[in-house]
Amino acid sequence: MTTRFDNAFAKGPALVTFITGGDGDTAANLDALVAGGADVIELGMPFTDPMADGDAIQQANIRALGKGTRTKDIFDLATGFRQRHPDVPLVLMGYANTMIARGANWFAAECAKAGVDGVICVDIPPEEDAELGPALRGAGISLIRLATPTTDASRLPAVLEGSSGFLYYVSVAGITGTQTAAQTSIEDAVARLKAASDIPVAVGFGVRTPEQASAIAKVADGVVVGSAFVDLVKEHGDKAAGPLRELTQALAEAVHSAR
Amino acid sequence: MTDQTPVNRPASPLAADQVNSWRALPDASGHFGQFGGRYVAETLMPLILDLEKEYRKAQDDPAFWSEFDSLMKDFVGRPSPLYYAPRMTEHWREKAPAGKGPKIYFKREELNHTGAHKINNCIGQILLAMRMGKTKIIAETGAGQHGVATATVAARFGLPCTIFMGATDVERQKPNVFRMKLLGAEVVPVTSGAMTLKDAMNDALRHWVANVHDTFYIIGTAAGPHPYPELVRDFQSIIGKETREQMLEKEGRLPDRLVAAVGGGSNAIGLFHPFLDDPDVKMTGIEAGGHGVDTDKHAASLTGGKPGILHGNKTYLLQNEDGQITEAHSISAGLDYPGLGPEHSWLHESGRVDYVPITDGEALEAFQLCCALEGIIPALESAHALAALPQLTAGMDEEQLLVVNVSGRGDKDIFTVAEALDVEL
Repeated sequence: MTTRFDNAFAKGPALVTFITGGDGDTAANLDALVAGGADVIELGMPFTDPMADGDAIQQANIRALGKGTRTKDIFDLATGFRQRHPDVPLVLMGYANTMIARGANWFAAECAKAGVDGVICVDIPPEEDAELGPALRGAGISLIRLATPTTDASRLPAVLEGSSGFLYYVSVAGITGTQTAAQTSIEDAVARLKAASDIPVAVGFGVRTPEQASAIAKVADGVVVGSAFVDLVKEHGDKAAGPLRELTQALAEAVHSAR
Repeated sequence: MTDQTPVNRPASPLAADQVNSWRALPDASGHFGQFGGRYVAETLMPLILDLEKEYRKAQDDPAFWSEFDSLMKDFVGRPSPLYYAPRMTEHWREKAPAGKGPKIYFKREELNHTGAHKINNCIGQILLAMRMGKTKIIAETGAGQHGVATATVAARFGLPCTIFMGATDVERQKPNVFRMKLLGAEVVPVTSGAMTLKDAMNDALRHWVANVHDTFYIIGTAAGPHPYPELVRDFQSIIGKETREQMLEKEGRLPDRLVAAVGGGSNAIGLFHPFLDDPDVKMTGIEAGGHGVDTDKHAASLTGGKPGILHGNKTYLLQNEDGQITEAHSISAGLDYPGLGPEHSWLHESGRVDYVPITDGEALEAFQLCCALEGIIPALESAHALAALPQLTAGMDEEQLLVVNVSGRGDKDIFTVAEALDVEL
């Protein structure tokens, strides 16, 4: 069966965009990302303790929770998105505790009902897969795993086992939105990952500009941009759709014309 | 208890019978039943696995333990006394029914260098850090006790040290901030979240993830990703091992009940663990009940929380139905945390240890009583354990033996206590 992920990555390098659910006018912002040419959408589930995130996304989590955003609201956003955009892959990204709070099976079933294609859980490594992986795979949801500069060759098979959709390469050992990796180190890592994996490899963390995105898209199957969008939501509040669409267009053009 | 892989740790008289042992966990994957585990970002996984490997080697290395023991003796000042508290014993005996009211002993961890049990763990971890070739030390701290203990061992071994501390706590605990700076540590005020211990831990993890190549994170309690809960427990178990020997020497038998406060739970697990396989030794862990467990201002994660995942482990957490972590409250900064170590969650669910909450007010009363009756100013954390004495002693016979872990001294808390008692200093 061809999935939405297959289609998104079949056209050449894909632009993967992240925003935090419940921050600003999220539904309008998601539409702006799609209108600007994003190929895959990551919707962040806010959490009180986002240990892997830098200041920009931490603040977005606080804004979203401060407005009273609940898990139900995230699934409502996902359901609405799926109705408006039947073909664009949608990924929920967040932390384990909000995903297992009502049980992994409940979470997986809600994902399936809402039309979510994949889940990225920052703090469930392959060693703890049993917590969430079987429930997601059983419901037909892709578990998208993270590989990092510290993931050595001996660990890579464990990371790939049971993961699908795409592999998310975290290009820096660090948190979101802070440092930027050297292009050569990204190229080496992507080559290594692609040799070991038959799913697409998307690269993220520290990618903000069309120039960076273009350079990465020359070697990777996808480029993930998050904090740069989240910064725009912070700056423009409920009127962020226009600026989000502009940045997405610039990035999408750079990514799609990279090769 | 099924299907456990025996773990490799220094031989103890009890290790032979692991199948029916309460002391055989964590299992090979780092779990205590459903609790514990390694719920960390992929960047940290290789380091966590390395740490486990290195700890297994250290466990089997007599040179490691001999250096640990020597530092415990000459730098920390161990063994800490097991002290019979005569006036405290009399006080509760008088209030108990006839023939009731056990002999009360204090395990005096407050006499350790830096004034609490925290140093035991810091010594063990910095020795591991050096074995791993790490050249920088980081730690989180709430009240500052673990920060001071970490800064102390970093100074002792000449390693640069960065302490993450919530900005609110930096303001509340100025003397400890100054102590850390005197000891050469850099103190980073954390401004995320409620700016307290939980947020300090988040920022320490964020820093660590970006500096894994040269940095060792000295976690302050028996929590976090495997193998931290295990190794912190093992380093703190010196408390229970000494208590065991000292009680046998003084009374010729084992104690009947052990009592210790539980924040993250390292002083409690350190006292309890060497006795877990002695069925006649009962144990009580004291949670911080804050304003009361029926309010939203407490830190009693077993009484008022449910299992979840935070800071690398699965354990009982204060959280809402969406899994968002809720703020903890306790008058004792060392207990002001919305979770606790995973082994306590397991001991709670399996029924081996009882856990009860004590309120801020009860702890304050016990704090003053201990000062007045025994000439010992206990930490507010330890005052929570002392506050359980009325309920625990009333049902115990006069010839029975009870040990309270006086885990820290209360000098650091006098400002908090003065404020709570409306005294102007």
